[in-house]
Amino acid sequence: MIIPELGPPKENIIVKANNLVKEFEGRRVLDNVSFEVKKGEVLVIMGGSGCGKSTTLRILIGLEKADEGNVWLFNENITAYDDKQFDAIRKRFGVLFQSGALFNSMTVGENVSLPLHQHTELDENVIQIIMRMKLEMVGLTGFEHLKPAEISGGMKKRVGLARAIALDPELVFYDEPSAGLDPVMSAVIDELILDLKKKMNITSVVVTHHMDSAFKIADKMVMLYQGRVLAYGTPDEIRNSDDPVVQQFISGSADGPIPYRTSRDLYLQTLAGIAEERIDTR
Amino acid sequence: MTNIRLPSILDPVAIIGKKFLDIIKLIGGVGLLLSDTFFWGIIAPLTGKFPDRKSIEKQLIDEGVNSVPIVGLLSFTVGLILAMQTSFNLEKLGAATYFPALVAVATVRELGPLISSIIISGRVGASIAAELGTMVVAEEIDALRSMSLHPVRFLVIPRVIALFIMLPCLAMLANVASIAGAFVFGASTLDMSFASFKQMAFEYMTDTDVWTGLLKAAVFSFLISGISCYNGLTVTGGAEGVGRATTRSVVFSIFAIIIADGIFTAVFYYLLKL
Ligand SMILES: Nc1ncnc2c1ncn2[C@@H]1O[C@H](COP(=O)(O)OP(=O)(O)OP(=O)(O)O)[C@@H](O)[C@H]1O
Ligand SMILES: [Mg+2]
Repeated sequence: MIIPELGPPKENIIVKANNLVKEFEGRRVLDNVSFEVKKGEVLVIMGGSGCGKSTTLRILIGLEKADEGNVWLFNENITAYDDKQFDAIRKRFGVLFQSGALFNSMTVGENVSLPLHQHTELDENVIQIIMRMKLEMVGLTGFEHLKPAEISGGMKKRVGLARAIALDPELVFYDEPSAGLDPVMSAVIDELILDLKKKMNITSVVVTHHMDSAFKIADKMVMLYQGRVLAYGTPDEIRNSDDPVVQQFISGSADGPIPYRTSRDLYLQTLAGIAEERIDTR
Repeated sequence: MTNIRLPSILDPVAIIGKKFLDIIKLIGGVGLLLSDTFFWGIIAPLTGKFPDRKSIEKQLIDEGVNSVPIVGLLSFTVGLILAMQTSFNLEKLGAATYFPALVAVATVRELGPLISSIIISGRVGASIAAELGTMVVAEEIDALRSMSLHPVRFLVIPRVIALFIMLPCLAMLANVASIAGAFVFGASTLDMSFASFKQMAFEYMTDTDVWTGLLKAAVFSFLISGISCYNGLTVTGGAEGVGRATTRSVVFSIFAIIIADGIFTAVFYYLLKL
């Protein structure tokens, strides 16, 4: 696996993470995570539950600060940016959160049109048309007057996606876009990600542990395991990896080096951050 | 390796110390939040970034109008009780008919603003903390920030402004309701006429009594909204954390109101001799 070199990104690199380290209460959740994403590419971040995928994403979008390492978005080093400095960049990307994160006091339509109302000077009629168009893209025509509490979890996620792409961003971050969706709908979301890439050259960073969709959409993949990058490369490279953990993850089998049941003591040690010796992967 | 430690005689000191640090942290956090609020509420509008009118209107109704029945009813009852207590005790001095003066002054100076603020801590403070805390848990605050919409501007400002407008109004309502309670007592048991009640009540009450009371309510509104918004926005740990934040908001708001009331009373009536 080719780890991206240190230092600022080359041209054409939209997202770059360099040696990210993050600790929560003395527990190392991310350990030297590095990767980069070219313009128009789809990067998939994979890994088991709790391995730090969402944390990586939150660092990339500036909701969390890394303890060490650097992040570049659109060739700007955003590592130390505060909310105000981040404002201009945040208008250039969209985020789909793991739970959808809709505003419960607003209708579906108001949720999708919120960024349009706040960040553009468009006419109300135009905003309404864009809002309906985005809802149609996620298959929710006619849902604009419902409240988030009145729709299902999977629908909330699709509304969240419509909101994330409301401003036609150049870059979209997805936290588990297909978790909680039925197979048909998750295929629709995959198609949508590919469509955005093909038609509008939109760059995507997708967190998922859904293997089929990962291999379908990815140009590059990062596999995290216990906070470290276990594998990084094209889907073919990952598929042909001889790492048993990677293989077990791809095939989704219960037998293999990934412990499905850690001992209680080991788990408590991990929590306390004193498990220096991680489970041997060789 | 294990860090099991035996209970020590110094534990209570550690607990008190930790509580003390908690309170310092809270004061610092609320202070920072309120200064951010003044930026978005006062400085930013000068540059053309106005807070959202619709959400302020919604909060005026939620926080203010919907609190009218409970504040009115409880203040009326307190006025009634106060009238019974004072007239009963004044009777021993042969001055039973002086109770309207006592009730009126005590109400506008102290009880009206204090009771309405405490009721609002429970009703509005708790709901602010629970609502914002739930938004934190559901990643809604993160979503706002990721869309470069500042949570203070979007969520805190409307709540702070609405309560600043509404709490003095509610305190005034409490004043009127409580004095009305006293009148109902006077009319029903002492056969007092409205005219004589009114004369008695207003003879000793001054404008200063009224406005110092309302000024206190305005200041208490910042304590309630600041503490509740801060506790809501700093929730960690899911639903349990929301519950904790709600309780903390109510307890700390009431605590802060009573301390502030003590300071005001000392300053107004002893230093400034108002
Ligand atoms: N704010 C926080 N405070 C303390 N620990 C945290 C915090 N956020 C995340 N963690 C811990 O960091 C680890 C990684 O969390 P993260 O949410 O990134 O996992 P994930 O890979 O997204 O998992 P999932 O697939 O279940 O969403 C977890 O063990 C979690 O308990
Ligand atoms: Mg996650």
